Amino acid sequence: MELLLHLLRTGLSTVLDVLPIVAIILGFQVLVLRQEIPNLKRVLVGFIYVLAGLTLFLVGLEEALFPVGKLMAQQLTDPAFISAAAHIPGQPLHWNNYTWVYLFAAAIGFSTTIAEPALIAVAIKANQVSAGAISVWGLRVAVAIGVSAGIALGTFRIITGTPLHYYIIAGYIIVVIQTMFAPRMIIALAYDSGGVTTSTVTVPLVAALGLGLASTIPGRSALLDGFGLIAFASLFPIMSVIAYAQLSEWWVKRQQGPLSQGSDDSDR
Amino acid sequence: MEQLRQFIHSILCSVRDLLPIVLVVAFFQLVVIQQPFPDLARMITGFLLVILGLALFVRGLEQALFPIGESIAYAFARKANLFWLLIFGFALGFGTTIAEPALTAVADEAARIAADGGVIADQTDALESYSLGLRITVALAVGFAILTGVYRIVKGWPIQYLIIGGYIGVVIMTAFAPPEIIGIAYDSGGVTTSTVTVPLVTALGVGLAESIKGRNPMVDGFGLIAFASLTPMIFVMAYGMIR
Repeated sequence: MELLLHLLRTGLSTVLDVLPIVAIILGFQVLVLRQEIPNLKRVLVGFIYVLAGLTLFLVGLEEALFPVGKLMAQQLTDPAFISAAAHIPGQPLHWNNYTWVYLFAAAIGFSTTIAEPALIAVAIKANQVSAGAISVWGLRVAVAIGVSAGIALGTFRIITGTPLHYYIIAGYIIVVIQTMFAPRMIIALAYDSGGVTTSTVTVPLVAALGLGLASTIPGRSALLDGFGLIAFASLFPIMSVIAYAQLSEWWVKRQQGPLSQGSDDSDR
Repeated sequence: MEQLRQFIHSILCSVRDLLPIVLVVAFFQLVVIQQPFPDLARMITGFLLVILGLALFVRGLEQALFPIGESIAYAFARKANLFWLLIFGFALGFGTTIAEPALTAVADEAARIAADGGVIADQTDALESYSLGLRITVALAVGFAILTGVYRIVKGWPIQYLIIGGYIGVVIMTAFAPPEIIGIAYDSGGVTTSTVTVPLVTALGVGLAESIKGRNPMVDGFGLIAFASLTPMIFVMAYGMIR
């Protein structure tokens, strides 16, 4: 009964969230484009799938994953747990006592990114557009590795208390250098993958981890230092996706052998 | 029969997508924290809902969101009406962001920080007006981003110069923005793009690049989301400076 109520409430708010999008599209279809949507019935059914799917997805996450994930973030960042795990009861903690926190950050970043519906959408589209050259699974794993490294480094930053913008600016410099050497067709997709990684599944858990850490470490303010993990999670996938493209290009060249190297300057 | 087979296939795909989370949560709960799950039945029900929901969403993606985005892109390209296309891009960015629940949550928290830091009065109406102002700022930023991104696709400009220019903007703004806004500004780039907007906007960009002569969908079609995650950082830091 409680579950049914939860479903109804979430269903209603999902419909309300999507309403502005529907209004804008309908408005332009009727007033500006003056055309009918092809296969209208099929599209409408698909839209109901989207709404129902998102509702079930969100309710399921709130029932199953978020409570336990947030509790876990709290327990893992609890100083008592950390000193017990590091076998140094009663002594002040250093950044290298937080091994389980880093591992948790990396693991939760990777696994929530794999399940992120927006990323699945972009990966499917990239696969279609590239005629299969970019594999759906390969792109998703590349992005997930980036998020995983980003969030682990982000927790390190909160623990050590170093300023956020140093890391982000250093990250920008790396991205700019990578861009100069990247295959042209991957650049836009790589920049996009930074933005799509952080939504429904990742944000609530990562925010809980950041706030948990910042509120238990002496000298950190939950409100000032708890932010910034999302920024890491949006920056690092850009690097990992470009790296993925460069590696697969190198792999293809290696497979073709030295004989055909003169002939594959075809991406000009 | 064929439909049933397809349905089972998409359910299996969802199970595979969810498996890493289940493994991570189980490992940390049982091995690291060493505690049993508090309410196992509720968790299993929840995960079944997530699996079913993801399968339905992916189905709807291919059947509704991608075709809508593409058909709009083709229609604009056929009419060759750049003005209305840009208006549409702005409206889509603004309209989808202003109602985004993740943004509302971040904006409320940001108002709390501003009040604690003494930037605004610690009263309900001051908090609400700060939070609303922040949401409008981010929505304007995303509207501006989609507009610029669409214009870039039409013109075929290389994306890296615009993005690197944006990075330089972020770095310069960081030097001048009040410190308490920086973390929020950096995070606001990540929370703006929702699960429904991303597929629509991606299909719009790719559809435009496909239907405009001389554009390559892979090189020119992507990148709208990238703009939408960059501009909010700059706009939010500007908001922090003006307030």
